[in-house]
Amino acid sequence: MTTLRTKVWPILAVLVVIIAAWYAAALIMNRTLAVEEAARKGEVLTTGAMWLKSYSMDKPLLPAPHQIVKEIWNSTATMSITSKRSLVYHAWITLSATLLGFALGTALGIALAVGIVHNRAMDKSMMPWVIASQTIPIMAIAPMLIVVLNAIGISGLLPKALISTYLSFFPVVVGMVKGLRSPEIIQLDLMHTYHASRTQVFWKLRFPAAIPFLFASLKVGIAISLIGAIVGELPTGAVAGLGARLLSGSYYGQTIQIWAALFVSSIVAGLLVFIVGGIERLVYRMMGARPEATA
Amino acid sequence: MSAIVVIILALAVWLGSWALNEYLVRLKPAGPAAERQIGFAVPAIFGICLLALWELLARGLAIPEILLPAPSIIIEAALNALPIIGIDVWQTVFKEVLPGYVIGCGAGLLAAFVIDRSPFLKAGLLPLGNLVSALPIVGLAPIMIMWFGFEWQSKAAIIVTMIFFPMLINTITGLAASGHMERDLMRTYAASWPQTLLKLRLPAAWPFIFNALKINSTLAMIGAIVAEFFGSPSVGMGFRISTEMGRMNTAMVWAEILAAAIAGSLFYGIVALIERKVTFWHPSVRGGQR
Repeated sequence: MTTLRTKVWPILAVLVVIIAAWYAAALIMNRTLAVEEAARKGEVLTTGAMWLKSYSMDKPLLPAPHQIVKEIWNSTATMSITSKRSLVYHAWITLSATLLGFALGTALGIALAVGIVHNRAMDKSMMPWVIASQTIPIMAIAPMLIVVLNAIGISGLLPKALISTYLSFFPVVVGMVKGLRSPEIIQLDLMHTYHASRTQVFWKLRFPAAIPFLFASLKVGIAISLIGAIVGELPTGAVAGLGARLLSGSYYGQTIQIWAALFVSSIVAGLLVFIVGGIERLVYRMMGARPEATA
Repeated sequence: MSAIVVIILALAVWLGSWALNEYLVRLKPAGPAAERQIGFAVPAIFGICLLALWELLARGLAIPEILLPAPSIIIEAALNALPIIGIDVWQTVFKEVLPGYVIGCGAGLLAAFVIDRSPFLKAGLLPLGNLVSALPIVGLAPIMIMWFGFEWQSKAAIIVTMIFFPMLINTITGLAASGHMERDLMRTYAASWPQTLLKLRLPAAWPFIFNALKINSTLAMIGAIVAEFFGSPSVGMGFRISTEMGRMNTAMVWAEILAAAIAGSLFYGIVALIERKVTFWHPSVRGGQR
């Protein structure tokens, strides 16, 4: 029961405050718009009618939460998922680019980290550049990459995935280098007394020791992979995907559509991180960790 | 020059610089100065090798300039368009990024001090903050532009939303970093809450706060540039990248990316430099451990 009191109530309280503040803000921001619209039709609104109108406009400045939920419901549950207006369809487009990019980024990151740990020249020459590559505002390259790859005939999934790759390889490299170096000298010495080869040291000591670091990096990596895929969809001219929904929403002033796309991408992000966390717990259990150690 | 010759040349450059680096890292440096020189030379050789390969392949294989201009063409374009790039940097970095960065980091820091006093709020906001930092907040850009207009205010607003929670979470974690013993000591001195905060907990929190400041410096650059894709006055790095891309003027796009990279690295570097001065006692700065 203590977890309910110390963990659940505070979160619920904060959520309730946020939603209340949201409704208040929606009222304040949409009020003038609602009054103006009524005045154009020559109506004078009572206070109650003004409230109602503020919460049910087609293109409000800030849609009320229930409007967003309704839009999400309309564009997911009541539509076939292959329809161009279904958010499930768009989410899937973005998700597939995210997952492909994430897989490539993770593979590249692990490969680089293994090289860096085992080869001093690679360590010295590449590590500074790996770090420097992240101080560059990477998203600036996104439209570049998309258009260039389009020009040589590569379009669709791969260009977006490459942006996700670029974004997600960094946390994996840094985390894995740290993790592969985390075994202590005494443990490495033990392997040495066993006359273990470098491959054996890698598979039996270094790699298992790096798993916690790997999963911490993967959680960061999957979140920025999704962001990369969404940003990658912006310059393609709003064809498909959550980023395209954002862009077309902003072209036509469809605020509810923008917010619905934002909410769905947030849900996808939360789910992805949650799934990675679940796999982490599963792997820990398979590696024989005690339950309380993973909690 | 035929393609085969170019590829063989490229391989030779690559293998040559790799061999040079392998030789350099195996040298036994005579002293700390020599060691520092080697530590600087090895990544520099790697970088120069990459640039040489790029130049060689772009020119030798006659890759169309629209796809991938050679580094020399990019630098030439950057030098020719220096005034334009200067205006863009002024707009993006000084008018959009800096105000947003200062407001966002300041707000996150202050909010952390307030929340720190209430365990209830901490328990409620920390999980939400962790969730928010995984969300694609850049997507708020069109909405912020709708609310605050095309000028710098909308970009500052998107930056503030992006960097507020990283700052908040890191500061709260940092404020909890001082040990029980030290806090007990402060209590035996009858130190007030502000005194404990200023003399013990804030200094202990600096490494965490600087971590957030460094993360936020890149986030802020990204936020401003991406927000400019959605709409901006006809100036700014993100604006320039998207319009020059539309005109297929790739060299100019790369020049602008180069400028963004330099500005971003400088920004990060300045924050990292201040960190070294402020947290001189921290093991990662003293070089006590590797």
